[in-house]
Amino acid sequence: MASMAQAIRMALHVGESKLGVTEIFGEDVGAPLGGAFTVTQGLKTAWNSPLDERGIISTAIGLGLAGERCVAEIQFADYIFNTVDLLKIAGNTLWCSNGQYPMPIVVMTPNGAGIRGSIYHSHSFDSWATRLAGWKVVCPSTPLDAYGLMISAIKDPNPVLFLMPKALMRVRGEELIPGEPEDEKTLKAMIDAPIGDRSKWKAKWPELGEYEVAIGEAKITRSGDAATIVSFGRTMPLCNRVADMLREESGTEVEVIDLRSLYPYDWQTVKKSIQKTGRVLFVNEDTEVTNFGEHLSQRAVNELFYELMARPRVLAGKQLPGIGLHPNLEEASVPHLEDILHEARELLAEVP
Amino acid sequence: MAKTQVSKKAGAKPASKKMPPPAAQKAAGKSAVKAKAVIAPTKLTLPKQIQLNMLDLMIKSRVLEERLIKVYKAGDSYFWIGAPGEEAFGVPLGLLVHKGQGVEYDYLHLHYRGTPTLVAMGMTMEDSLRLMMNRSTDPSTGGRNFCNHYCFPKWNVVPVTSPIEVQYGQAVGTALAQRRHKSKGISIVTGGDAGTAEGDFAGALVWSTRPGMELPMLITVQNNRMGISTSYETQHGEKHIADRGKAFGMRTTVVNGNDPIETYLAIQTEMEYIRRTGKPVLAEFEVSRLYGHSSADGANRRDGVCPIQDFEKHCVDQKFIKSSEIKQLWEDYDVQSRAAADLVRQEPVPTRESIWDHVYANNENADWRKF
Repeated sequence: MASMAQAIRMALHVGESKLGVTEIFGEDVGAPLGGAFTVTQGLKTAWNSPLDERGIISTAIGLGLAGERCVAEIQFADYIFNTVDLLKIAGNTLWCSNGQYPMPIVVMTPNGAGIRGSIYHSHSFDSWATRLAGWKVVCPSTPLDAYGLMISAIKDPNPVLFLMPKALMRVRGEELIPGEPEDEKTLKAMIDAPIGDRSKWKAKWPELGEYEVAIGEAKITRSGDAATIVSFGRTMPLCNRVADMLREESGTEVEVIDLRSLYPYDWQTVKKSIQKTGRVLFVNEDTEVTNFGEHLSQRAVNELFYELMARPRVLAGKQLPGIGLHPNLEEASVPHLEDILHEARELLAEVP
Repeated sequence: MAKTQVSKKAGAKPASKKMPPPAAQKAAGKSAVKAKAVIAPTKLTLPKQIQLNMLDLMIKSRVLEERLIKVYKAGDSYFWIGAPGEEAFGVPLGLLVHKGQGVEYDYLHLHYRGTPTLVAMGMTMEDSLRLMMNRSTDPSTGGRNFCNHYCFPKWNVVPVTSPIEVQYGQAVGTALAQRRHKSKGISIVTGGDAGTAEGDFAGALVWSTRPGMELPMLITVQNNRMGISTSYETQHGEKHIADRGKAFGMRTTVVNGNDPIETYLAIQTEMEYIRRTGKPVLAEFEVSRLYGHSSADGANRRDGVCPIQDFEKHCVDQKFIKSSEIKQLWEDYDVQSRAAADLVRQEPVPTRESIWDHVYANNENADWRKF
């Protein structure tokens, strides 16, 4: 099975070969490296930009104004913060021009903790991103979803921020991408750049099939009626494991929803599940004050108050100025398996 | 006098035989692409009709800007910012731009002093006033943005933003698209001197001169020696902002932007160079700021060289036009601007329901309450 990095790479190949993407660029995105996470190896339209995040986003906006399709990368979400005013401009260009200038660009960036990345390679940008009106914001948790969401992002006429969970970039999926060779080694030999001299290397792309994940559609990854857990990105596999553990230890069926799109988000799926379970936990790793999960929780309270059996909970990253390097520091800063399990048990135990 | 400096690298390639030297170069008497060439004309000139057209448009632009200020002071709008004093730069630019829509034409990344350029390109007084008075009929923003924040896709005038200098980086993107399409269109960006302190300005110099990936950009600075209330002298160690381009091997020029003839010839020359070589130019135009920064500091007439007064005198001295005819132009445009304001005042304003229009393309719902 492909890793998420390989899945996104294959989607970008479809983008440049079939969907009109003319520029894939960012810091170390072109040869020989092909991206800090190897997401852009072997792509014919990938090129290295100056080390200038503002220039990257500005150039993407200019390409969008000219009607070009591009995918720009910010090497780590930690370094996207000095572009926030430009992201605002990208998000408001259509609106400010009263519908005259669409902004069909994709910006992708590795997001969140989980790679022992210390203070400036562990930031989350997801809650910040949901405040960028005019953007669509997605964050996959599986390679297949990453492939399908990237295809949708490229096709979308609006700016799409594609958050790549750093900790899951090398995790392999459980579902084949249409056209993907079944054997991992075969895929690796085809699309992973070799160690050493890469000057003559070219990717051999498999015949990839159509697959899209509609932006705004969540996915139920575990079914249940005892409680609902809503998450996305790095914490999704952990939420699934918590549901599996609770089922195994007590037969408790917890429903888990992978939001996949943060904006627009699939409220109908979330709402339906909460109406069924009466209990909900929102999990993500961005810092906890004015966290996106708080918006969802507030909405659950406002709209479903009389159907709730327990107060909604938000489990998020601690309100800290950074994530420390030592594992003790990182694990105490962002949600991990034990934290989610603890919150889920508390949620299930609450007596109305 | 325009002082065009060409680095040896930028000017090494001789002029194409297929492209005759522009009138400006002839007038200058020297090749504009010769290494370290300095245009040192003894007599800059343009055909009478071009000069009269420029004078007419400069007066029209000034009258329109003064009407915008009056509209603000009458309480019919909330804010004014604009371009009185930049007419001798903006009008020639508007006349020389290859206007149209798409990568084959020039892109304009203007700052919020673009009225003279737009007037020269054909914008009506009514359309400027619709933006000023936030009418739903405003073709630039539908009543959503400040005056002088123009947007005309039919002429590749991309949305003007209040954050300064961000337009320089965006111009890199349109220029890149033009390069990819092998178009003769260029990307033109304007901005003030104070904003060049922003990193986006330096970024544009870096991105436009990447070896082997040079971009067809006319990077301009309108230097009025003020940033709101802060003088140039207190913030800039460099003699000329254009000098910063030399470090990148760029062709640079410093132009008296209060002289429309010199400006016209300089822009024409630089545009021809960019279209021929695909390489960028950094051009600094020394201009006036005659009504301050904006309504925030009063929007009252201040001291300074008035490019229109000087040009009127020149045209009268040349016997192109009589003083009485010039006076009539001012009066006619004043009547026109008053009528335009009266008309626009009667036009509809945006509805409250329209706030969600165009958040997403094709009016896809962006209101979370309806998710």
